[in-house]
Amino acid sequence: MDPFDAIAMSRPARGEAGRTGDWRNARPVIDASACVAAKQARVTCQICWAHCPDACIEQGAPPSIDLEYCKGCGICAEECPAGAIAMVPEAEHGVCEAAEVEER
Amino acid sequence: MTVRILTGNESAAWGARLARVQVVAAYPITPQSPVVETISAWVQAGELPAEFIAVESEHSAMSVCIGASTAGARTFTATSSNGLAYMTEQIWWAAGARLPIVMCVANRSLAAPWNVLNDQQDSMSVRDAGWIQLHCRDNQEILDTVVQAYRIAERLNLPVMVCYDGFLLSHTAMPVEVPTPEAVDAFLPPRPAPLQVIDPADPRNIGPVVIADRRRDAGGVLRGGYMELRAAHHEALLSALDVVAETADEWERSTGRSTGGLVVQHRLDDAEVVLVAAGSLVTQLTLVADGLRDRGVAVGVLGIRCYRPFPVEALRERLSGVRAALVFDKALSYGYAGPIAADLRAALYGVDGAPAVYGAVCGLGGREVTPEALTDAALSALADARAGVRERAVAWVGRLSEEVSR
Repeated sequence: MDPFDAIAMSRPARGEAGRTGDWRNARPVIDASACVAAKQARVTCQICWAHCPDACIEQGAPPSIDLEYCKGCGICAEECPAGAIAMVPEAEHGVCEAAEVEER
Repeated sequence: MTVRILTGNESAAWGARLARVQVVAAYPITPQSPVVETISAWVQAGELPAEFIAVESEHSAMSVCIGASTAGARTFTATSSNGLAYMTEQIWWAAGARLPIVMCVANRSLAAPWNVLNDQQDSMSVRDAGWIQLHCRDNQEILDTVVQAYRIAERLNLPVMVCYDGFLLSHTAMPVEVPTPEAVDAFLPPRPAPLQVIDPADPRNIGPVVIADRRRDAGGVLRGGYMELRAAHHEALLSALDVVAETADEWERSTGRSTGGLVVQHRLDDAEVVLVAAGSLVTQLTLVADGLRDRGVAVGVLGIRCYRPFPVEALRERLSGVRAALVFDKALSYGYAGPIAADLRAALYGVDGAPAVYGAVCGLGGREVTPEALTDAALSALADARAGVRERAVAWVGRLSEEVSR
């Protein structure tokens, strides 16, 4: 018997838990003029990347956030030493663009 | 093999010791406490090389067992009554995660009101959780069943609950044959590799959300949804009917002792009425049947050792041609009937020549169950059966009348 057919178990992969970006109430928005890495134009700091519990942040200067899977928990905004990340209510962004429907 | 004078709780502890359990997590509750007190003393003295994890509640006890069993350890716990009720959430988790945990339940009534004495309401209330549930008649069966339970559990990846009556067995001493460790080792190999592999080179998300629909996993393989996993669980539990019986046969070959299996029968030949029960009541009923047989009344006994999965075929076969089955339940589905009586009635429904099924509730909260009361109940069932009665209200055996209670 394949254990994967007997119990709930998965191998970690992008999107394995579903399109969790749908859960988001507020969207993290990085202000590049305040971001430590962006100001230094080097991949430094990356504290937001280190703290994201869903591995939705890609390293960079500034880092980028994958809104397809970001649940909007706000940990990155809380942890940013420069206060460069604002949690902006989704309502202010209007309706999210429809993601390309993937055959599942 | 050594004969020791053991209580039911000590027999349970010996079963766990001989099974070479590796992790034990438990919280004390009457009447189970001596099981884990005995085990913890052995661990402390270096006689049992296991990890004993003291926890702050039964919910945590089962949580620790789930973690340890997921990691591949042979895992044991024991509880009773409200302790079992408190761990209910994790009881369902352990089953759904298909973990071969073995848990002893020293059966005790459920509060309110508080009462520490025996009935079987506790384990009956979790009969639907997806565990295999085995009931023991005496202390020898407790030891034997705990060892057998690991073989069954690890073959099917299902948890097993080993139930025995609180105080009536848990605190009553009787001679018990303790097999040698070598004999048990030959019967019970070390635990096979678990379904859940914890390997940093092949990381897994164990217990993720499973949606209603089927979906493709990261490797592109189409996986079942919630219902497919539940159906697989149900099928595994049904296949336990064969495995429980086979394991009892293997145990008899290893130790020369016949214990276990799905049902136990006593003087069923030509029986007009068969008395049905689970646990120590089965032992008591054999004496009642013997007394009635001496008076020329054809009464037999059918004991249910394996309550989940429910041994439908074995019960149909053995009750064929019987006028009535009188089921003694030490539990009640309030507002309906005793659980074993209701299950038996359903199992026999539509079967040609099936007996009438009468339900009787007895022994709630430790109320004494006397041979006289059981005999009277059997005779009244016989009279009704001969009169062709098919349906009867639940009989209360041992409930005091108003005159007596005043």
